[in-house]
Amino acid sequence: MSLLADTWTAFTENEGWERLSQHVRLSLVALLLAVTIGVLLGIACSKGGPFGSFAIAATGLIGRTVPTFAAMALVIAFTSIGFWPAVVGLTALGIPSVLLNVATGIRGADAAAVEAARGMGLTPTQVLGRVELPLALPLAFAGLRSAAVMIVSTTALAGAVGAGGLGVTIIAGLSNNQTDVLLAGAIPVTLLAVVAEGIVLAAQLLTTPKRLRRARRQAQLLGRSQ
Amino acid sequence: MAEAIDWDWIGRHGDDIAAATLAHLELVGAGVGLAVAVAVPVALAVRNRPIGATVASGTATVLYTIPSLALFAFLIPVFGIGKTPAILGLAVYALGVLIRNTVTGLRGVPAPVLEAARGMGLSRRQVLYRVELPLAVPAILTGIRLATIETVAIATIAVFVAGGGLGELILTNGIERNLFVTPIVAGTVIAVCMALTLDLLLVGVQRIVTPWSRRIATRPDEAHG
Repeated sequence: MSLLADTWTAFTENEGWERLSQHVRLSLVALLLAVTIGVLLGIACSKGGPFGSFAIAATGLIGRTVPTFAAMALVIAFTSIGFWPAVVGLTALGIPSVLLNVATGIRGADAAAVEAARGMGLTPTQVLGRVELPLALPLAFAGLRSAAVMIVSTTALAGAVGAGGLGVTIIAGLSNNQTDVLLAGAIPVTLLAVVAEGIVLAAQLLTTPKRLRRARRQAQLLGRSQ
Repeated sequence: MAEAIDWDWIGRHGDDIAAATLAHLELVGAGVGLAVAVAVPVALAVRNRPIGATVASGTATVLYTIPSLALFAFLIPVFGIGKTPAILGLAVYALGVLIRNTVTGLRGVPAPVLEAARGMGLSRRQVLYRVELPLAVPAILTGIRLATIETVAIATIAVFVAGGGLGELILTNGIERNLFVTPIVAGTVIAVCMALTLDLLLVGVQRIVTPWSRRIATRPDEAHG
């Protein structure tokens, strides 16, 4: 238990609250930007025909193979150290998972439902807003969740290369070989990631209509895949 | 970007770059290998137990949520610094993807197929080796592919626990030397190429090992990034 007490002391002595709030600010701004850009690009890609398919495939490839740490290092090396360069890098890293999931969700929207909506005389914009996007919502939330966790996690790395946040505390603990300082950075970052994931999950539950949820659960119980 | 690269530096440090690349491959191989060695037996143990499967996947998901830098940090008080915590940390991440895919693959074996196998008089062990595992191989290999690509990327962080690898080019030679761009770019390019090459290799393995599934390419986890 004394290690926990030491960790708490190390947290407060290392500007814990300030770094935590900086971490949250960095992550939040980047996540909001990434979601906005990712959703717009995802819609564009899903409607973009063969070029859109190419863009989706390319984004998937880049998103999965470029190490987040390397990407942050590159952005900072080519710009400067600070809040906004870090936001740029984090946003860029968050975009692919949102984009991919939104695009996949829209393309995977039930063709019969889309057809029916068109037959009812809805304009393409109305079809998108009232049918395709709502149907893409579960996947979009999956994308949002992985983007949120990834951004919180990568913000720690951004701290390691000078952008502030809890990564600074972790690196201080690492380089001075102080376990309490190490944990004073690592524990809050982990909690932050878990909380971020929880918030997105809760938002997903709240935005899924009750009947739809019940229908999905029944489908699952019956062993049908969604 | 091309003129920002100091080609001279690359020429002079060919040995270091090769050593870092090899060390990186070693980390990835050991990490993914360890994860496979844990994930497959665990998945086999829980395949017929819904609660066990939920617990295993849940644990894997939670471990997967821990930010990479924090995970490595948690391992230091116990394992010190060096390759051991680096490999363990990478294995924990790979486990997240592997357990999910292996469990999904094993549980996805159609019940009528199992029934038929039992009806033909196969013992439990025979059903496992002749029916369940072969049918789950595509999902397991897909899991290994995703885990490998991801491990190549995350292994760049091993440098923070003195685990070596391409992170050394990025952090020690790049960031810590006044943001010297050349080694950062070199490390990134090599990591991306390594991920692509390993992915291609594994796709090849997948095709050779499962000739029957060439037409029904199942990629369960792809859309979730």
